[in-house]
Amino acid sequence: MIGATDRSTPGTMRRLAGWLDRHARVRLAMLLAAPMGWLVLAYLGSLVLLFVNAFWSRDAFTGLVERQFTPDNFIEIFTNPLYRNVTLRTFGMAVAVTLTCAVIAFPIAYYMARVASPRTRGLLAVAVVMPLWASYLVKAYTWRLILSNDGVLNWLLEPLGLRGPGLGESVVGLWLVFTYLWLPYMILPLYAGLERIPHSLLEASADLGGRGWTTFRRVILPLVVPALVAGSIFTFSLTLGDYIAPSLITTTQFIGNLIFLNFGVPDLPFAAALSLVPLAIVVLYLLVARRLGAFEAL
Amino acid sequence: MRSRVIQPAKLANCLPLVPLIDETRTRSRLAVTTAAQPATTHPTTDAGAGVPAVRLEGLVKHFGNDAAGRRVAGATGAPVSDVIVAVAGIDLDIRDGEFFSMLGPSGSGKTTTLRMIAGFELPTAGRILLHGEDVTNRPPFDRDVNTVFQDYALFPHMTVGDNVAYGLVVRKVPKAERQARVADALRMVRLEGYERRRPGQLSGGQRQRVALARALVNRPRVLLLDEPLGALDLKLREEMQIELKSIQQAVRITFIYVTHDQQEALTMSDRLAVFNRGRIEQVGTPADVYERPATRFVAGFVGTSNLLAGETARAIIGSDRTYTVRPEKIRLTDPDAAPGPDEASATGTIREVVYLGPDTRYIVALDAGGELVVTQQNLATSSMEALSAKGRAVRLTWKRQHNLPVGDG
Repeated sequence: MIGATDRSTPGTMRRLAGWLDRHARVRLAMLLAAPMGWLVLAYLGSLVLLFVNAFWSRDAFTGLVERQFTPDNFIEIFTNPLYRNVTLRTFGMAVAVTLTCAVIAFPIAYYMARVASPRTRGLLAVAVVMPLWASYLVKAYTWRLILSNDGVLNWLLEPLGLRGPGLGESVVGLWLVFTYLWLPYMILPLYAGLERIPHSLLEASADLGGRGWTTFRRVILPLVVPALVAGSIFTFSLTLGDYIAPSLITTTQFIGNLIFLNFGVPDLPFAAALSLVPLAIVVLYLLVARRLGAFEAL
Repeated sequence: MRSRVIQPAKLANCLPLVPLIDETRTRSRLAVTTAAQPATTHPTTDAGAGVPAVRLEGLVKHFGNDAAGRRVAGATGAPVSDVIVAVAGIDLDIRDGEFFSMLGPSGSGKTTTLRMIAGFELPTAGRILLHGEDVTNRPPFDRDVNTVFQDYALFPHMTVGDNVAYGLVVRKVPKAERQARVADALRMVRLEGYERRRPGQLSGGQRQRVALARALVNRPRVLLLDEPLGALDLKLREEMQIELKSIQQAVRITFIYVTHDQQEALTMSDRLAVFNRGRIEQVGTPADVYERPATRFVAGFVGTSNLLAGETARAIIGSDRTYTVRPEKIRLTDPDAAPGPDEASATGTIREVVYLGPDTRYIVALDAGGELVVTQQNLATSSMEALSAKGRAVRLTWKRQHNLPVGDG
């Protein structure tokens, strides 16, 4: 046999490699052991704890957690109008931020994907991602400076006789801050989605008589919906769960603030139950998103 | 050793670009006509078929940016850096109702020319007329042409029916008429009953047909086809060639067909233009182009280039010009067989034998220098006999009318 002499005495490593080569499942197990262990313990484990906690209660007198099953927390959440209002308000904010991000992100993503030269595209990609390099807290505090009574925004609007939303009860400022914070998460998937549309499809539409608007409505938009939904998963769920920006920008309460308050009181079981509200909304949202093909676009 | 005088086919591509000289046409920007028809000084007298479906006048296309990063706009002016000349000045008349092919290697400018006719690219210079109307600067949606794309470009989110109906929906054709026309178009491409399928569920050949139906349903006056069969396997491609041709004859729409496959161009076209380096080397019927190639390039690209040049040409034909002989026109005989009075002949040795099934290809080293390729039908020979011919001394004989002088383009 040709070359037999070279291979007649394989080393231990070579034999091990050969054995692994024949046992794909063992290889996979070795590959995934660490990340799976981490996910199950740290991630699913804490979720289960959260879930179990939500059905416990706090003794009002001693302040200790009573580890007995009770649906009281959920009854409180669903019957007390405070929580219903806050949930609806948070949901409304998440929807508004998502829509605003989509409207702003689309032209930018379109320009990046279809018009800009490769050089400009690279620069824009960096520019879009760059805000993500800065700390979230720094950005939120910066917005406090912008929005405050003697801040940049009022200084700019003053000659026009206008005033900004300020840092009081108004949620408009928070809407601006969220839109700013999450915009990159909308631009990037949208850019990827637009870039994936073959140029020939746009040419075909024009060739068949479709002007710009027709091509946009009938070809580009339907094809980019999955990417749009993918981006909205980020903007929506990030808005839903955030509590720092609301506490910095406005005095109005959002779900995140309430959860945080109950950590401080502390009523951890109630905080856990409250945490399940945005979680449930996001799960529902993801189910819808999956139907719209968003996961293929990620 | 004598200098090598016969150029292999591919070498013709590498020859320096020189202005093409060809008795059958002039450099006039007005008319490129068939090789059989001498160029006329005025285009309106061409072909006698009225206004051409498509007329290209001095069409030029440059790609790339100049040093300042601006898009290159003008055709004139000094060449600037990074500019690629895709189309270097094309004059062409395509007659109404003909099946016209643009044949050439990749990068020869044929697809760019097609895209300029469709409106996807704006020419750097020159004019495009559709049925006498200047459409040079009109967007694609304002031109009465439709395109079948190389990658089909079917809308993946629409059904086959919606894809085909797209042009009619956009042009607001009433629903009843739309449905009837979509059904007609799908029947024409033998896809009736496929309305509800998605492009993703179709085979390559079926997608190809949908693309064709989507274009034809608009009843354009000119249909542009950009290598539409390129992605199909050979068998399917041959079937589609016949089908395309019969559809074209049924609808009598002018087809402009871009291909790099010479066989395809010869099979399907009423006339064809051979493109090379952004210029047209020859325009003519398939027989014209094949039997009477105007230039070395055409001789090589359309068929096997069998060129006799320099001393070899002088020795065999008695002239200093460059000649081409098609391989199937040559007969192989014994070295001592005498040629007829109207025949040219040369002796040589069979250097290589390639058995192709129906034919055998012999590469013969000529005693006068250089090589000629000869194909012989395997009428009586078997593969064994053919292959054993290697190294044998032979005489090549062909009718003098079959060695044709070619330009040096």
